[in-house]
Amino acid sequence: MIQIRDIHGGIHPPENKLQSLGEPIRPAGIPAQLILPLSQHIGAPAAPVVSVGDRVLKGQKIAEAKGFVSAPVHAPTSGTVVAIEPRVIPHPSGMSAPCIIINSDGQDEWVNHQGISDYTAVDKNTLISTIREAGIAGMGGAGFPSAVKLSGGQDKPIQTLILNGTECEPYITADDILMRERAGQIIAGAEILRHLIEPQETLIGIEDNKPEAIAAMRAAAEGTGIEIVSFPTKYPSGGEKQLIQILTGKEVPSGGLPSDVGIVCQNIGTAQAIYRAVNHGEPLISRVTTVTGNACGSPRNYEVLLGTPVQYLLDQSAFNASDCIRLIMGGPMMGYTLQDTAVPVVKTTNCILAPTVEELPPPPPAQACIRCGMCAEVCPVSLLPQQMYWFSRAQEHDKLEEHNLFDCIECGACSYACPSHIPLVQYYRASKAEIRQAQQDKIKAERSKERFEARQARIEREAAEKEAKRKARLEAAKARQAEAVKGDSKQDIIQAAIARSQAKKSGDADPAQAAIARAQAARNGTAVEETREEKQQRLEKLLASTTKRLAAAQEKLAQAEGNNDDNIAAFRTAVEKTSAKLAATQKELDELKSSTDGAAPTDDPAAAAIARAQAKRSGQAPAESEQEKTQRITAQIASTEKRLAAAQDKLATAKANGDDKADAFATAVTKTQEKLDALRAELAAITPTTATPATPVEDDPAAQAIARAMAARAESAGMSEREKAEKNIASLQARVEKTAAKLRAAQESGDDNAEILATSLDKMRDKLTAAEQALAALREEEN
Amino acid sequence: MAFLKLSSPHAHGPMSTPRVMRLVLLATLPGIVSLTWFFGFGTLVNILWASLFALAFEALALKLRRRPLAFYLSDCSALVTAFLLAIALPPAAPVWLIAVGIGFAILICKHMYGGMGYNPFNPAMAAYVLLLISFPVDMTNWLAPRGAISVAELPGPIDALLRSLGAASTQFDAVTMATPLDLLKQNDALLLDDLWAQSPQFGQFAGLGWEWANVGFLLGGLYLLYRRVFTWHAPVSMLASLTVIAALFYDGGSSASGGSPLFHLLSGATMFGAFFIVTDPVTSAVSNRGRVFYGAVIGILVYTIRSWGNYPDAVAFAVLLMNFAAPFIDHYTQPRTYGHKPRQNREKS
Amino acid sequence: MIELISQHPFAAAVLALVSLGLVFGALLGFASVKFKTEGDPIADQVESLLPQTQCGQCGYPGCRPYAEAIANGDDINKCPPGGEATIAALADLLGVEAKPLDAVEESVPSVAYIREDECIGCTKCIQACPVDAILGSAKHMHTVIASECTGCDLCVEPCPVDCIEMRPIETTLQTWHWDKPAATEDIIASDRPSAKPSAAA
Repeated sequence: MIQIRDIHGGIHPPENKLQSLGEPIRPAGIPAQLILPLSQHIGAPAAPVVSVGDRVLKGQKIAEAKGFVSAPVHAPTSGTVVAIEPRVIPHPSGMSAPCIIINSDGQDEWVNHQGISDYTAVDKNTLISTIREAGIAGMGGAGFPSAVKLSGGQDKPIQTLILNGTECEPYITADDILMRERAGQIIAGAEILRHLIEPQETLIGIEDNKPEAIAAMRAAAEGTGIEIVSFPTKYPSGGEKQLIQILTGKEVPSGGLPSDVGIVCQNIGTAQAIYRAVNHGEPLISRVTTVTGNACGSPRNYEVLLGTPVQYLLDQSAFNASDCIRLIMGGPMMGYTLQDTAVPVVKTTNCILAPTVEELPPPPPAQACIRCGMCAEVCPVSLLPQQMYWFSRAQEHDKLEEHNLFDCIECGACSYACPSHIPLVQYYRASKAEIRQAQQDKIKAERSKERFEARQARIEREAAEKEAKRKARLEAAKARQAEAVKGDSKQDIIQAAIARSQAKKSGDADPAQAAIARAQAARNGTAVEETREEKQQRLEKLLASTTKRLAAAQEKLAQAEGNNDDNIAAFRTAVEKTSAKLAATQKELDELKSSTDGAAPTDDPAAAAIARAQAKRSGQAPAESEQEKTQRITAQIASTEKRLAAAQDKLATAKANGDDKADAFATAVTKTQEKLDALRAELAAITPTTATPATPVEDDPAAQAIARAMAARAESAGMSEREKAEKNIASLQARVEKTAAKLRAAQESGDDNAEILATSLDKMRDKLTAAEQALAALREEEN
Repeated sequence: MAFLKLSSPHAHGPMSTPRVMRLVLLATLPGIVSLTWFFGFGTLVNILWASLFALAFEALALKLRRRPLAFYLSDCSALVTAFLLAIALPPAAPVWLIAVGIGFAILICKHMYGGMGYNPFNPAMAAYVLLLISFPVDMTNWLAPRGAISVAELPGPIDALLRSLGAASTQFDAVTMATPLDLLKQNDALLLDDLWAQSPQFGQFAGLGWEWANVGFLLGGLYLLYRRVFTWHAPVSMLASLTVIAALFYDGGSSASGGSPLFHLLSGATMFGAFFIVTDPVTSAVSNRGRVFYGAVIGILVYTIRSWGNYPDAVAFAVLLMNFAAPFIDHYTQPRTYGHKPRQNREKS
Repeated sequence: MIELISQHPFAAAVLALVSLGLVFGALLGFASVKFKTEGDPIADQVESLLPQTQCGQCGYPGCRPYAEAIANGDDINKCPPGGEATIAALADLLGVEAKPLDAVEESVPSVAYIREDECIGCTKCIQACPVDAILGSAKHMHTVIASECTGCDLCVEPCPVDCIEMRPIETTLQTWHWDKPAATEDIIASDRPSAKPSAAA
């Protein structure tokens, strides 16, 4: 005999169970359409394995488990998949989620299935995977995939297997009637579970308000060693943690699982489903659901196909919609309200409760909390709900966590008992969500900060590098200048150096452009082609400077030798290197000069390499240039189009204002148009030739983007001028408003930026007036 | 068809705050009846005035705070404050005294702190202490009980009303006497038995009339316990600690003795305090363990102040002192939540 | 010397005070050098409370500079992304009064979205993004890494073709939650008992 323990707190709400126990379980029948959410369990949603239009058979898998904590979905009857789309699902939010919709064909044709005749002969893992493939998830309400519970505890020895037949919520009788009518199947399922986890004891806990169920289960469990334990009725004894405490006296550690204390807990409905899956090969496609409440003329229990719309069940139960202002899925303590009767019954739906207004009246406004402590009296986990209520209202998250908010099981006993009708549980739910959100925000803020700092560091580093380079160049220029003072044609050389460094600097001034140019070059795969003259010039220059450097170096060497300096060796290598370079340059220059004849002395390996590279480049050049040309022309077209648009705008304005220049503008427009046409023709001519190698235009993402941009532009060109102008004005207005708001804020706070904002606002306003005038002109023109 | 979207639970228990308040009012009846029987209609007049002022001040405060009037007035919390203060005041107290007390209780002690549920101090007791310190003469003017004086000397309804208004009645000349707790405090020469014999104010176990008033409040308190309006923890631990400490210091009745445990249990505001003041949920500790501690310290404080302090009775002071300590007690008596280790272990680990 | 002092109590007092001042001054000076705090702990604490959107709506270039400004006495109510919650937390930390937010309204949490068909690949938004949450290169279409975007909207302004918009973060089944119940005062709009939530809902 098991010693029964009491749990802290608890309440005794009116049970209201008799109404739905008058009749035996009745099959609800096959509705015309079934809606099967892909997520009827805790964990990752299942992934559809059928497509729209497929015919499916009863029991056929239509969505497979995705990941470890997940469960597949099966077709509850034969029919056709008509849609896979978001539908409203049973969830307190009333939101939609992906569902598979099946139109039933009424034949209820089973897919080929077969049970395991002797499960003891089968490998345990096979058995667990059978349960997993049958899509069984906790049927008590939480919907945790059963196979996960069974396969998780290999490392933790399980002493006790508990089957939960408590059903402590008022109104619900689905488990009660299942135990009365199918006790044998439940016990058979329990035997399978025992075989799988080999516990030392197996307990089935049932509240003492179900004497018939207890008797039926005792009879079925005769001689199996499974103990049926009945204990006093009290809500919420049926909570997993509470039941464990009642039956074993153990407490599941906060944040832990029952397996941490050597216990596995399953609902009796789950046990029955496991029996059906193992012994008959039937996946979970139906369940027993109570339809009750005084707004139902004939409350009773149904064997319902999963996916059956709630409306279909209510129709069978003589539902009187005018009396009912809230429809609840689950019980009156922990169930959630439905806004739509089209939502389907899912694996966790144990009850549809349709109460009348008198039965469950809408909550009156909450009175002040007087800290009477009735909530703390009834709390099954010994929290202090009244304190948590104050902290929740004051957003004191630290205090809430200190008071173990996250141990709250949301059973609703505190709200039930609260004399001031305060919706305490709703406060806790909101606060839990707030705290989770705050934690996520914190993590995100940390990451944003890291990224921001990394970016700052990078920008600084780049700036420092640039500065260093600039300094180095400055030094070089100075050195050269100093050198030039010594040299012959000082003035010229200084000038040249300054010009060079300036050129370089101005090149640097716009790093973005330089980068773009570089990137373009890299993309095109070829360096910008030097013309022959350019190269010759460059080489000649190089030759001259190298000669000079050589002379200087030799001079230094001589000096060093004279002074018997330590650096002699270094100078000597320098001289050698410089002379080598000189020779190479000379050779290259010669080669270049003589290359008109095609013959080049190839003794020098460097020269040979250069020659090879050149050859390669020239070999590739024609094709590349073709591509380049296309791009160039495309770009030209784009810019011309832009110009054309601008010109047209101007023309329109000029016309509207009766400007003298209108004629000139008109000519400009025509000319631009002509040019554009010419360019397009050119492009068309090129395209076929370029298309042959590897359709480079499409290959190039940039070109694609350009093409898309062009398309968008063409589209906007399709818009009438007026539409364009209106759009422009709208966006300008939005920006003006935004800036004005910012300006106000800045002025109020005496910000330094106020002035800048003010000027930019003025500018924007000018722009806006101009745009508005243009629009007005356009309108006039149209009229 | 539109259904409500509500967070669970959808069912609600039968208890409501106005009902709790009405039960408390109902439970004061036995005590009020015995007070009236022994001291005349003064208490009833007190209650009448206090209720009128309480409703008026409550309405004023709600109006100023722009709160819905009918909704908050109907919770009866102002009436409870009025009853408690009216019972604690000397019967047929001057009307201005009641007005000042109720005004302080409702406006300052309750609404200045944010209204019902937010007040850190029991409004009735805070007001009582204010009056006791500010107007000691008026506050110690207890009428003599039936038995010590003739029935004709007890104030009738009209007499009490006139007296409260400060007008002298032609037929009635109020007789005031020191209370038994006063006598005991001032006694330093007589053995208790002699004191008992000499003073007409003493009855069977404690003060004449007082003992029955205390029994009346005990009955009311037991009724509230039966109706589960509050838990037994605070009142029982207060009475228990008072009994224990009184027994410890009771030497059988010498002149220095503080009175028997039974005397203390049935004297002054002991039972009234235990079941109607200490159980005030707003200002007491929240957990059951905390309430046991809270009640026990109040019991000790009551005896300490009665025996060695300056005032003859001490429930109001003891309660206010412990109101201060309630948050502190809460901090250390947070119950162990399911699945958590005991607190000490948790702090160590 | 001692005699002189004992004969002139005034001088003695002055001397005693001066020497005391010197001793304690030296002690304080020593302590300030010896136990010098590195960095600015207040600014660090303030920064950890800011939402790190780096949006600059406070008028400072990022959250760190604003944190430093707050540590030096700037107002705590300039952070629209943080809203009232951040102001309350800052007020709590610094022991000052919470002020109403210095902006029209709290900014709704949102992410930037680039209408990719319209993007011309100018990289201007990439340069503007304070947390490198925009991906793309010159003349290539850009896209926002939504999980890294802080919703600062700094990229919206620079876009030459206005193809970036701020989209409020949508509630999903996973992020949906119950809101806190409305206060009774809000439910009972008037004193009439008929104004119950049933009628309102």
